[in-house]
Amino acid sequence: MTADLIFFLLAALTLIPAFWVVLSSNLVHAGFALLFTLLGVAGLYAWLGADFLAITQLMVYIGGVLVLILFTVMMTRLPEGKRPVHGLDRLVPPAFLGLAIFALLYKVITGTDWAAGALTEALPTTSVIGLNLLTNYIFPFEYVSLVLLAAMIGAAILVREGKANGEEPAHEDTEVTS
Amino acid sequence: MTVGLPHFLFVSAVLFALGLFAVMRRRNTVGILMGVELMLNACNINFVAFSRYVQHGIDGQIMAAFVIVLAAAEAAVALAIVLALFRNYGTVNADTAQSLKR
Repeated sequence: MTADLIFFLLAALTLIPAFWVVLSSNLVHAGFALLFTLLGVAGLYAWLGADFLAITQLMVYIGGVLVLILFTVMMTRLPEGKRPVHGLDRLVPPAFLGLAIFALLYKVITGTDWAAGALTEALPTTSVIGLNLLTNYIFPFEYVSLVLLAAMIGAAILVREGKANGEEPAHEDTEVTS
Repeated sequence: MTVGLPHFLFVSAVLFALGLFAVMRRRNTVGILMGVELMLNACNINFVAFSRYVQHGIDGQIMAAFVIVLAAAEAAVALAIVLALFRNYGTVNADTAQSLKR
């Protein structure tokens, strides 16, 4: 019974700020609401016994992605008058499609007889995940590390100074990277 | 009423619909990215819930970990693109970024 109550609190923590993320016209507010949504999702992982994923969610999403997003929001902020105004044409079709998708998902969720078994005891998952990553999932693991390297280099090249004006990068830059 | 798999699927469905709504509604590129993050989190909840209730294994959690890694990489590249966009156009409005070369 207590577990159910905790689930409903976590679901509220996830969903109520999510509405704020979507509807707020101030992106800084939306970013801070996203913090609570991600926190709630981490709590749901913990509720499901995925302790490693809950900590990963905290460290990667809240410690990394969210900080990046907030920095970008603050660096690219426009003065009050120049911000885009959302008219009704940007409200009705997205709302219609969102509701349609939700109705479809709801019908599938309630109409399907899920082969859900009873909950087994939650065991620590970190060692099992580590073992699986280096045996069964070794190829995706290596591939994802390549993707991370490519993303890091790509992001560094994209934000390099001087690149935007089409001029050659400074000479000492190439020496450092070579 | 005990909490079961449909409850998690319901939370995930609401989160996904909200993310889709944000992606379609926002003009600001960072706002679109926030919607994408919501949708990725919705998928992750599904992965973990199914692995807990149906498969009783660890595969869903590993998939969710891969999704988190890819989301981090995607956010880094997307925000670098947003900064380049801001430097070139002076705005982060997705509607103004219509040309590949300036």
